[in-house]
Amino acid sequence: MAIPIKYNFRNLVVRRTTTLMTALSITLTVTVFVVLMALAQGLQISLSATGQPLNVIIMREGSQSEATSSVTRDSLQVIRYLEGIAKTDKGEPWVSPELIVLINLPRRGQTQGSNVTIRGLGPDGPSLRPEFKMVAGRFFRSGLREVIVSKRISERFQDCGLGDKLKFAKGYWTVVGLFDAGGTAYDSEIWTDSNDLSADFDREAYSSVMVRAIDAGAVTRLSDQISNDRRLHLKPVSEREYYENQTRFAAPIKALGLFIAALMAVGASFAAMNTMYAAVARRTKEIGTLRVVGFSRGSILLSFILESLLIAVLGGLLGCVLALPVNGITTGTTNFATFSEVAFNFRVTPRLLMDGMIFAAFMGLIGGFFPAWRAAHENIVTALRSA
Amino acid sequence: MAETVVQIQGLSKIFQRDSFSVAALEDIDLTLESGEFLCLMGPSGSGKTTLLNIIAGIDRPTKGQLRVLGEDVAQMSEDRLATWRNVHVGFVFQTFNLIPVLTAYENVELPLLLTKLSSGARQEHVLAALKLVGLEDRIHHYPRQLSGGQEQRVAIARAIVTDPTLLMADEPTGDLDAHSAEEVLDILTRLNRDFKKTIIMVTHDPRAARHATVTRQLEKGQLLPLGA
Repeated sequence: MAIPIKYNFRNLVVRRTTTLMTALSITLTVTVFVVLMALAQGLQISLSATGQPLNVIIMREGSQSEATSSVTRDSLQVIRYLEGIAKTDKGEPWVSPELIVLINLPRRGQTQGSNVTIRGLGPDGPSLRPEFKMVAGRFFRSGLREVIVSKRISERFQDCGLGDKLKFAKGYWTVVGLFDAGGTAYDSEIWTDSNDLSADFDREAYSSVMVRAIDAGAVTRLSDQISNDRRLHLKPVSEREYYENQTRFAAPIKALGLFIAALMAVGASFAAMNTMYAAVARRTKEIGTLRVVGFSRGSILLSFILESLLIAVLGGLLGCVLALPVNGITTGTTNFATFSEVAFNFRVTPRLLMDGMIFAAFMGLIGGFFPAWRAAHENIVTALRSA
Repeated sequence: MAETVVQIQGLSKIFQRDSFSVAALEDIDLTLESGEFLCLMGPSGSGKTTLLNIIAGIDRPTKGQLRVLGEDVAQMSEDRLATWRNVHVGFVFQTFNLIPVLTAYENVELPLLLTKLSSGARQEHVLAALKLVGLEDRIHHYPRQLSGGQEQRVAIARAIVTDPTLLMADEPTGDLDAHSAEEVLDILTRLNRDFKKTIIMVTHDPRAARHATVTRQLEKGQLLPLGA
């Protein structure tokens, strides 16, 4: 049997100040780690959660995003009658020609602005996005320069509240409603009628066309028809794939988070190591006694590693608790695919908390191993003679 | 016929201090029979504790033969020695060496955690050991809540809880007042007389030596002839 854990636990309580200070260094590291990963995860989830499996976005060949794409009105007519497109309740092809423009809006409480995506939709645009729902006001009406704004954008940017007037293009646009897109990328947009938008921006062409395929097989058939039609010079991409591709912009945040956390972890591991070396030095005679009584080197090693892990677990738990309040907080960053603001929530998931605890345990293990090794290999006679 | 517990022939221990060699023990011959109470006396630095440590398997001789309870202790691996000590040897230190964060009960229970005894059986052994040293009413006390004499009695309980054959006591009364010292020596005498424990005690105290059945003197690492 190993040395009882109460031996370690009570020793930690006896030197509670040192224990707490060491745990706090691990707490800080875990908090930073969890918060930064929650940021990256929020962005990733927001983008990867976007897209219906049967929706296809058609863009210009060579375009990386809708913002740099262009689809002519003639092409729209060809697309509408392709084989494999689902029909709406009215028997019309389920198609939404869409126009993307970026406008610079000041953030609330700041003079600094950021690009926000305005999406002009066709009449069937909202029905292609079942996650969309109005949360305040009403849907926009065509020809009246009306917009609806996502709740997240409304909270983060000036003049985006219900009833506010937004100035862009040739005049003022009234915010007549707020919507929620279920945590998808559309939660970072302002929507209006595509014809109103193209008229105000003097745009002849659309940015993209979204269509609903009849079934999974039809997605492939549609893709083949578009790719093979030399007149169109368009490329189809499934809506899900389109947004999945953009999740790569979460990678730098994740890398930065890992880098900062790793730097802090070095410091925290040294703090744990220092504490454990001090613990070993103070308890050298006890270690000698335990060896005389019959505990093996392995038991001593395990006991001191366990003690370090206890500190780390305490620090990790505190770190996770401290990081929890950021869960759900809305923030934003620039999506470098569209060069516009993407608003998303910090996501502190159970998996992330588990990662935080593993990270803490790792620091405890690194910090505890060498002092524990020293304790286990202490010469018994020398240990018994120590003060 | 008494069984030979310790058999030592030509044992030496040399410590290396920088470029100097210091002989702590030189050519020691010693035999100890079962049930004997041996008192090792001698001035500081004479090698008493070193000899005790070597017999107890916590230090190794530089040369010579050493058999304790029929086993060649000097050749055992560290882990095997640890198990061997747990089963066969109880150790009482001058400074008690109790674990300060454990209660008297938990300190005494420590060696039993290495056995296969159930929790209930362990409790039985611990309470019996504490009763034998007269501390059954102090089981939940921490070392800091006990007097020096009581701490040493807990340490004796810890040393005997596994019912070892050999009990080693290194200056067991060195840190105690006269009254507590006498109590501790009485317990050791009782363990030797009533429970047939073989005891080796290192001491400076001639009063303590009177409790032993055999007294041997060490001087400058050499064991003087019996009766010297």
